[in-house]
Amino acid sequence: MYTQGLDQQGKTENRRDSLETPERLEAFQARIDAEEKIEAKDWMPEAYRRTLIRQISQHAHSEIIGMQPEGNWLTRAPSLKRKAILLAKVQDEAGHGLYLYGAAETLGISRDRMVADLLSGKAKYSSIFNYPTLNWADIGAIGWLVDGAAIMNQIPLCRCSYGPYARAMVRICKEESFHQRQGFEIMHVMANGSEDQKAMAQDALNRWWWPSLMMFGPSDKDSKHSAQSMAWKIKRFSNDELRQKFVDVTVPQADFLGLTVPDPDLRFDETSGHYCYGEIDWQEFHDVIAGNGPCNRQRMETRRRAQDDGAWVREAARAYAAKHAAKAA
Amino acid sequence: MTNQEWPLYEVFIRTRSGLSHRHAGSVHAPDDQMALDHARDTYTRRNEGVSIWVVRSDRIVASDPAESSALFEPAEDKIYRHPTFYEIPEGVENL
Ligand SMILES: [Fe+2]
Ligand SMILES: [Fe+2]
Repeated sequence: MYTQGLDQQGKTENRRDSLETPERLEAFQARIDAEEKIEAKDWMPEAYRRTLIRQISQHAHSEIIGMQPEGNWLTRAPSLKRKAILLAKVQDEAGHGLYLYGAAETLGISRDRMVADLLSGKAKYSSIFNYPTLNWADIGAIGWLVDGAAIMNQIPLCRCSYGPYARAMVRICKEESFHQRQGFEIMHVMANGSEDQKAMAQDALNRWWWPSLMMFGPSDKDSKHSAQSMAWKIKRFSNDELRQKFVDVTVPQADFLGLTVPDPDLRFDETSGHYCYGEIDWQEFHDVIAGNGPCNRQRMETRRRAQDDGAWVREAARAYAAKHAAKAA
Repeated sequence: MTNQEWPLYEVFIRTRSGLSHRHAGSVHAPDDQMALDHARDTYTRRNEGVSIWVVRSDRIVASDPAESSALFEPAEDKIYRHPTFYEIPEGVENL
C-alpha cells in the first residue's frame, strides 16, 4: 500500500489537497497534540514529510554503514562463540536498515533514490561510523557505548508521531538490548583479563567515549531542527537531555568495569544528581560530518563497491523472475 | 542506480498458531518466492513467526483517509448495535 500506491495518490492529491491552509495545518497539529499517530496516506504538511524522510533515511543509512566497523572483525573474532554473536549483531543492523528504508518509503521516496543519495554523498549518516576499529575491545566498546547511545536516542522514537517510523523503532529497540549487553560482556571479560587485555579495553574506551557523546548531535543551542521536531512529536527530548541521560547511566558502568572515562572534568554533582562532563570537541564533530573523519572515504568506497559488485545479482534475479512470469503466462 | 528497483511487497506474520497474520513491514524482491525468503530473513530472525504472507504492495486496495468520515461515521450513531443500548430490568439474570 505503500510506495507505488502512494505515488499515484500523491498525484491526484496534489491537485486537490496539497494546499496548506491554516485550517488544515491546525487540524494536523491538533491530531499530533492529541497523541494521534499519523499514517502513511494521511494528509501531512510537506515540511513534516521532508523532515521525516531526511531523518528516517539518515537513520537507515547509519545502520547500513554501521555494519562496516564491526564487519572488520568478523573474520578475526577471538572465538567461534564471539564470531557467531558478532555475525548475528551485524545481521541485525542490516535488518534495522531495511525496516527503516521501508518506513521512509511509506512517505513516497523510493529505495533507489535513498541509496543513490547515500552513494553520492548527498545524504548523511551518523558520524560515529567514520572511526576505525583498531583492536578487539573496540567491538566491546561499540556494543556498550555506541549501541547504548543509540538506545537512548531510539527509545523515545518508539513514540514518534509517525506510525510507520514508531513501529520500526519498536522492532529495533527490542533487538538493541542484545547488542549493548554483548558489548558490555566483551568489555567486562577484557577488563578482568590480563594487563594487556585491560589496557586494550581502556584504549577502546578512550577512543570511543567522545565520539559516542557526539552521536546525540549538536548541543541544543546550535541544533537547528529541534524545536519544530519537538512540536511535531518526532523528537521527545533534546540532544543535550539525551546526552546527559547517557552519561548518567554509563559512567557507573565504566566504574564497575574499573576503567577510566577519558574526561578530566567529569564529576558527579550532588545537587543536580547528574554527572557534569567536559566540553565536547565540536570542531572534530563538524569535520567528521563534513567528510573528513578518519574513515569517511573508506566507508563510502566500500559501500559503492558493494552496490556495484551486487548489480549482476540484482539483474539476474530480475531476469529469472521475468522468464518465469513469461512461462506462466 | 538507474535500473528499476525490485517491486515492493508487504509482509504479514502469524506469530503463533491461533493468532491472525499481522502487518510487519515491507521488503523488495524480484518475485514472490524471493519476497518470502527476504521476509523470513528480515522479520523472523528470532522466532517471531510460524507463517508468513507476502503480497505485492501495488495489489493492495486501501481506503482513502480523506474519505474516512464518509466511510466510518455512519456506524457511529447506530448505538443500538451494541448490547449496552438495551435496558434489562433488575433481577433478570444470564442475559
Ligand atoms: Fe541498529
Ligand atoms: Fe545495534
